[in-house]
Amino acid sequence: MKTFKIGGVHPEENKLSAGKPIEVFPIPQKVFIPLSQSLGAPSKPVVKKGDVVKVGQLVAQGEGFISSNIHSSVSGTVTKIEDYPGAAGYRSPAIFIDVEGDEWDESIDRATDLKRECLLSPEEIVARLKDFGIVGLGGATFPSHVKLMVPAGKKPEYLIINGVECEPYLTSDHRLMLEHGEELMVGISILMKGLGVTKALVGIENNKPDALSHLSKLAASFPGIEIHPLKVKYPQGGEKQLIKALVNREVPSGKLPIEVGCVVNNVGTAFAVYEAVQKNKPLFERVVTVTGKSIPKPANYMVRVGTLVSALLEHSGVNPEEGMKVIGGGPMMGKALTNIDVPVVKGTSGILVMPASASKRMAEVSCIRCSRCTTVCPMGLEPFQLCTESERGFYELAEKDRILDCIECGSCHYTCPSGRHLLDHIRVGKAAVAKMIRARAAK
Amino acid sequence: MNEIIIYSMITLAGLGIASAVILYFVAQKFKVIEDPRIDIVADNLPGANCGGCGFAGCRNFAEAIVKAESLEGLSCPVGGATVMGNIGQAMGLAVEASEPKIAVVRCNGSKAHAPAKVVFDSASRCSFAHSLFSGESGCPNGCLGLGDCVVSCSFDAIHIDSETGLPVVNDNCVACGACVKACPRSVIELRYKGKKDRRIFVSCINTEKGAIARKNCEVACIGCGKCVKVCPFDAITLANNLAYIDFEKCKLCRKCVAECPTGAIHELNFPARKEPVAASEQTDAAV
Repeated sequence: MKTFKIGGVHPEENKLSAGKPIEVFPIPQKVFIPLSQSLGAPSKPVVKKGDVVKVGQLVAQGEGFISSNIHSSVSGTVTKIEDYPGAAGYRSPAIFIDVEGDEWDESIDRATDLKRECLLSPEEIVARLKDFGIVGLGGATFPSHVKLMVPAGKKPEYLIINGVECEPYLTSDHRLMLEHGEELMVGISILMKGLGVTKALVGIENNKPDALSHLSKLAASFPGIEIHPLKVKYPQGGEKQLIKALVNREVPSGKLPIEVGCVVNNVGTAFAVYEAVQKNKPLFERVVTVTGKSIPKPANYMVRVGTLVSALLEHSGVNPEEGMKVIGGGPMMGKALTNIDVPVVKGTSGILVMPASASKRMAEVSCIRCSRCTTVCPMGLEPFQLCTESERGFYELAEKDRILDCIECGSCHYTCPSGRHLLDHIRVGKAAVAKMIRARAAK
Repeated sequence: MNEIIIYSMITLAGLGIASAVILYFVAQKFKVIEDPRIDIVADNLPGANCGGCGFAGCRNFAEAIVKAESLEGLSCPVGGATVMGNIGQAMGLAVEASEPKIAVVRCNGSKAHAPAKVVFDSASRCSFAHSLFSGESGCPNGCLGLGDCVVSCSFDAIHIDSETGLPVVNDNCVACGACVKACPRSVIELRYKGKKDRRIFVSCINTEKGAIARKNCEVACIGCGKCVKVCPFDAITLANNLAYIDFEKCKLCRKCVAECPTGAIHELNFPARKEPVAASEQTDAAV
């Protein structure tokens, strides 16, 4: 069975909510919609205090090349546009909306029938994704229309669809593949058309046999789409690892996947693309897995962007005031929230609540040169070396040792028997090296 | 028997002379001419190699001094005026009098003033914490209290006070600036040491709006501007909801200290006031 060649770990899967169908989460009383929900520049608000908005109405316009539009996820009145502390506690502007009813924009097709034929041209598809605020829903929130705009001189061969969901606990993509398989297939066809490729490869880890068989059945009637089972290994959902696993090509250091003729999109993104192109529906809701050892009933919810995490936790029957750890994202790459009154954004794939006992770090002791971190690094780096270089401030050396290739998957940190804070040091080092390179370029 | 001894002695002596001649010419050929003044200057320097002067070490600094035509901008923070005076004498250069400086911690968000709102048991260093979250008190600018400055100090001059959770600078400080560089939030600043060690400064660098800053920390500067109005020397400026006292203009009159409604302005090593002022009682805790 296919997988990527070097490195990787296999944490406990703990897919507690795999058997739970997607529930529509009740519309909250109020939503906070942050203006910075994708990689790149924050969006500029186009509504003001007191404006009445409908579901799906544009509330903030993306500015610059890498930036995306943001749409209202509810209908109601804009109460204020103000800075609000995000998941890390740093303030950034958000639009606050008080919910009144659920009035959708008339242009959105709310019927659930499947629309297979896409009549738009590739250029129109790209424009549609830009207008409708579609971003990568795998976690990095890279604006999707930018991915479809292939730079001159490059030729895409494969569209790669990421249905790997290698993070433990998370099941949002899994449920989406099971419950919205047909829409997903149409979404993939639209992306293929937009990109001008004839082949799409869907990679799914073989711990999801139901999704594999369901999509394989559907793929028979969609020309060009192939479903590939992959061996379970973290971080297979990293785009470079997925490309290696599916087409056995290596993305050169510091380059994008298009360099080897691939464009990678998540299954969640493909579904959002279907809804945007066929149903005129902007991206304002997504599937969020609420799970973890402290959650009495793990579940998958279809949540409006801007819903507070505290509301999700309350609905799941957990009182987080007990020294528990709340993580936005999966346990490997997710970040602990400093405040549970933060909104769900386009990039939130899951909310994980762990008991205090499971969220302690190991005591840090000296490196014993066991080389486990080097063995598990999926990018072929030497994490112990990068850690020391970053700690001592040897940034030129770190740059030479390809510190910027680190994908921050945390495999080294996870596997270290000495509890070294490898990823922390590397993350700080990456920022310092990037700053150094910028300073050099400015000279 | 004798012959053997004589021959071997002659051979050895011959080898020695030949080697000496070769070595002499090689030494002449590859001679490195170094300015002897570098050694003189380097001998005068403290030899701490702290990098506070901006050079890689004392030797490197000595080379720069010998090359330079004047001592402007060159100063050893560890040795101060005495060492620079000696060097100036040795080099025949005029020394400009530089006022001694000291590191000042511009945050008073102690455990009591800015209580922790979350427990974040994962960052072991300030640099990690800064890249992960805003801090346990919620203040995005304030001291994180994990001691990157303590690790950076070669002079044992800065320590974390266990009661307040904030760094405290002691008299060992030579103003080399290592902690200023190590702090990811730029909490520490080098300021004039002042006459009789007296200093006045705003012990806050939070740039949030007053109400928000105050919510996280009761001794935050709220940017009200009262100190700016009261200052007779135009030493205080207000930018981004934050007051800043220019230590070059400040005449240590202490008017602003009494005026500050949150006690964010600190006075150090001053004698007690004749009329006790409520605001000054809250100070001193962190510095």
